[in-house]
Amino acid sequence: MVIELFTDYTLRNVALGSALLGIVSGVLGCFAVLRRQGLLGDALAHAALPGICVAFLLTGSKAPLVLLIGAALAGWLATTLLLTAVRETRLSADSVLAIVLSTFFGFGIVLLTFISKSENANQAGLDKFLFGQAATLIAEDVQTMGLLGAAALAVVAGLYKEFKLLAFDAEFAASLGFPARGLSVLLTSLIVIAVVIGLQTVGVVLMAAMLIGPAVAARQWTNRLGVMLILAAVFGAASGVSGALISVSDAHIPTGPVIILSLTAIVLGSLFFAPARGLVWSTIRRRQQRANMKVE
Amino acid sequence: MSNVSIDHPVVIHDLTVAYRDKPVLWDIELSIPPGKLVAIIGPNGAGKSTLIKAVLGLVPTVAGTVSLFGGSYRERRQMIGYVPQRSSVDWDFPTHALDVVMMGTYGQLGWFKRPGKAQRELALRCLEQVGMADFANRQISQLSGGQQQRVFLARALAQDAQLYFMDEPFVGVDAVTERAIVNLLRDLRARGKTVVCVHHDLDSAPEYFDWLVLLNVRLIAAGPFETTFTSENLRKTYGGTMGAAIKHIEHFEEDRLAISVQADTKRPNGH
Amino acid sequence: MSSAIVILLTGVLVAVACALLGAFLILRRMAMMVDAISHAILPGLVAGYFLAQGPDLLAGFAGAVLAAVLTVSLVEALQNTGRVGGESAIGIVFPAMFALGTFVVSKYFANVHLDADAILYGNIEFAAFDLLYINGVSLGPQSLWMMSGLCLMNLLFVGLLYKELKLATFDPGLAAALGFSPALIHYALMTVVSITTVGAFTAVGAILVVALFVVPAATAYLLTDRLPVMILLAVALGALSAVCGYAVAIVLDASVAGSIASTTGVLFGLAFLFAPQHGLVARARRLQRQRLEFAVQTLLVHLLNHEQSAEQQAESAYSHLSGELRWHPPFARRVTDAAKRATLLQQHGDMLNLTEAGRAEAEAARATDLQR
Ligand SMILES: Nc1ncnc2c1ncn2[C@@H]1O[C@H](COP(=O)(O)OP(=O)(O)OP(=O)(O)O)[C@@H](O)[C@H]1O
Ligand SMILES: [Mg+2]
Repeated sequence: MVIELFTDYTLRNVALGSALLGIVSGVLGCFAVLRRQGLLGDALAHAALPGICVAFLLTGSKAPLVLLIGAALAGWLATTLLLTAVRETRLSADSVLAIVLSTFFGFGIVLLTFISKSENANQAGLDKFLFGQAATLIAEDVQTMGLLGAAALAVVAGLYKEFKLLAFDAEFAASLGFPARGLSVLLTSLIVIAVVIGLQTVGVVLMAAMLIGPAVAARQWTNRLGVMLILAAVFGAASGVSGALISVSDAHIPTGPVIILSLTAIVLGSLFFAPARGLVWSTIRRRQQRANMKVE
Repeated sequence: MSNVSIDHPVVIHDLTVAYRDKPVLWDIELSIPPGKLVAIIGPNGAGKSTLIKAVLGLVPTVAGTVSLFGGSYRERRQMIGYVPQRSSVDWDFPTHALDVVMMGTYGQLGWFKRPGKAQRELALRCLEQVGMADFANRQISQLSGGQQQRVFLARALAQDAQLYFMDEPFVGVDAVTERAIVNLLRDLRARGKTVVCVHHDLDSAPEYFDWLVLLNVRLIAAGPFETTFTSENLRKTYGGTMGAAIKHIEHFEEDRLAISVQADTKRPNGH
Repeated sequence: MSSAIVILLTGVLVAVACALLGAFLILRRMAMMVDAISHAILPGLVAGYFLAQGPDLLAGFAGAVLAAVLTVSLVEALQNTGRVGGESAIGIVFPAMFALGTFVVSKYFANVHLDADAILYGNIEFAAFDLLYINGVSLGPQSLWMMSGLCLMNLLFVGLLYKELKLATFDPGLAAALGFSPALIHYALMTVVSITTVGAFTAVGAILVVALFVVPAATAYLLTDRLPVMILLAVALGALSAVCGYAVAIVLDASVAGSIASTTGVLFGLAFLFAPQHGLVARARRLQRQRLEFAVQTLLVHLLNHEQSAEQQAESAYSHLSGELRWHPPFARRVTDAAKRATLLQQHGDMLNLTEAGRAEAEAARATDLQR
């Protein structure tokens, strides 16, 4: 199986693509989760759908870059709406999130069904963004994903200190002269990149987990942000590759859901068994304390 | 601007601040002399935190000017240190005390550059100054409230500023930490720095500070403690108790119904 | 009944059933929890069908409702560990459940009637074709019966428990003290939401049902401050969205459910911009008016403060205003003009002087801030 990883063309693409997604979304998800914006990625993923459809309608092209730009613009619009509505109305953030997510997606469905019923035979393939189809990834897709992901990671590496400060204490960051607003927009844009990579692989619905899961798992193992980012990347990549390997063995097994299920296993394992923070250990400790108290 | 302001660390002229449409600070006129420990005192909602944030350019002003050492905040940023209210950050953040203190050097470092050995050593020295050297590698959620406050102070020390703004540094700390902080403030004063603190305890204020700013939406009085800390002034500040603040809150937040408050208590993970 | 009417009616009934509960979901900040539930019921449906060995309606219902309650409990359990933030817990649970559902469907039920796309956006288009048979007698479209049932259930739920729901939403402490367990009401609401979701799911799918629950109620929340009005408005807006959405879908030959969700979004957008009290436009206008009023007051107080002082000459000069108060000259002119129009101050050459009325106003402004 592992040897096939290097020889089998499809498997290699699927595994590489999923691993890439895991790394990028793992790293960016850490910042999103620490800033308590974990579900922002969910909204962005849903908002991307109409963006992709509009991009296709306008250009007639399915080139990854074209769709990416559409998704990014829609994501940007959704984020702007989200922030404006939270600031300017009395609706709570989670209501606004649900509104943006469901109405953008609804509009995306309208466009998608409209496209599929219009003459254009080229449409087949757009709806793969709904559930993702890692199995259809080709080398060119993986290259685009790699380039985008590398760019996103490079920005994080360059601005690591600034992003850390922003996530921990945005006001202090502003008092030091760093533009908190601008950094925040940049971070969201990077998340859009992760989302776009994820759409092809795991699809709209499961994208939220790809951002949140690795971060939550990684957080249990360490108290250092740097280590957390690396661990999240590893966890993300591991669930991506294992999802690809498992699903390739059986045509009936879809890649996206298996990636998420592997990831969930990692999250649960970390929550229960991570040293220091693991729930199992803290329960045992509490038991022992109680026993000791009784003895005394 | 007149030229006296150059040697005055803070000169505020006709400063008015409003959140949305709610006036929070009215027409503040204030200049603070150098080398003093200054207490800002006033009831809850008096605008104390807002005054500091307005000076630091963190909230937009409606009218007025602020000059720091004769220049704008932008120009003088490197000379100014800030200690926000401790409750303003998530203490479960994955980082340790030393790392937080090093954040104080980020302003001087500027974009992209990572903190190195020099910054590390500086941060360690700052931690030592607040008596926290032993906790340098401790995850911040495993620090007590007083220790967290000391870490924040150390971070401000790492900014190596001439002028410090501290929002309620004494809140939630025990007597030992309180003494440590007071000694630290005096040490700063001895080195010619100016420190402006929001303070709540009227009993300890005259002992800890030498200059007083009484604030309740407007400036009630400002000056050396001996002349300013009078019952007349205090009555003016706290006078009709918090009537003004409460009325403002009610007036402008009635559209938020009671809902936001209620829902907050409801949310299982609400902060 | 023509199929168009069946679809339209189904749409309206679904929208009404969801909107009835929406107000409480918004006010209790449970919007994303509904999103989670709507995704997470998939494995429940599958399990139900599996146990019943076929797409049995009742078994599916039971499984889905159990899955929904499980989701809510799991999210709350995760949150209670203190290791996972509130929204992260939601973002972990529902994708896992959804992934489990799709995994099982594609592995074991590749041929079962559970079309993947339909899960996301339903197939209300076929509402007219699934007929309900009892003892072999056709009673008309099944979807109509189901949605009417949901409407009735939610109407009864909100009608009978209105007081308790309201209390548990606004003051859980008091509710508990009065003997209504907020937790019980919480889970009762969640159960009703789950049943509604499962019922609506087949018509509009997992994501659009969220739009029906949340968006009309949120729109109503921007239009009124009163809970009963909010509920009624939400219902009306939901029904309106269903009708308009259907019309648009016919014109575009596109998904009905998607059009309905888009329409709720458009209505929300309109309210967001133009709501009389809380709309962006109304807010901006109010802000502008208040800024001017406030600036006038600032100017009056400023003049009052410096009336007797030595620097009055400098401080009260019109030409110095923009410098002293950091106002742009045009704004300073507007403020001065407004004050002059209200005869609060007079200008003699370059000097601004308070009138009697202006002085009184300035003193009053000062006093309101420092009530004593
Ligand atoms: N971001 C904000 N948006 C709207 N209003 C705000 C905001 N921050 C503060 N306020 C309001 O401004 C007023 C002054 O707040 P501020 O925090 O400056 O008071 P404070 O004197 O620091 O009070 P405390 O002693 O409680 O810390 C209060 O009425 C508060 O409700
Ligand atoms: Mg304060």
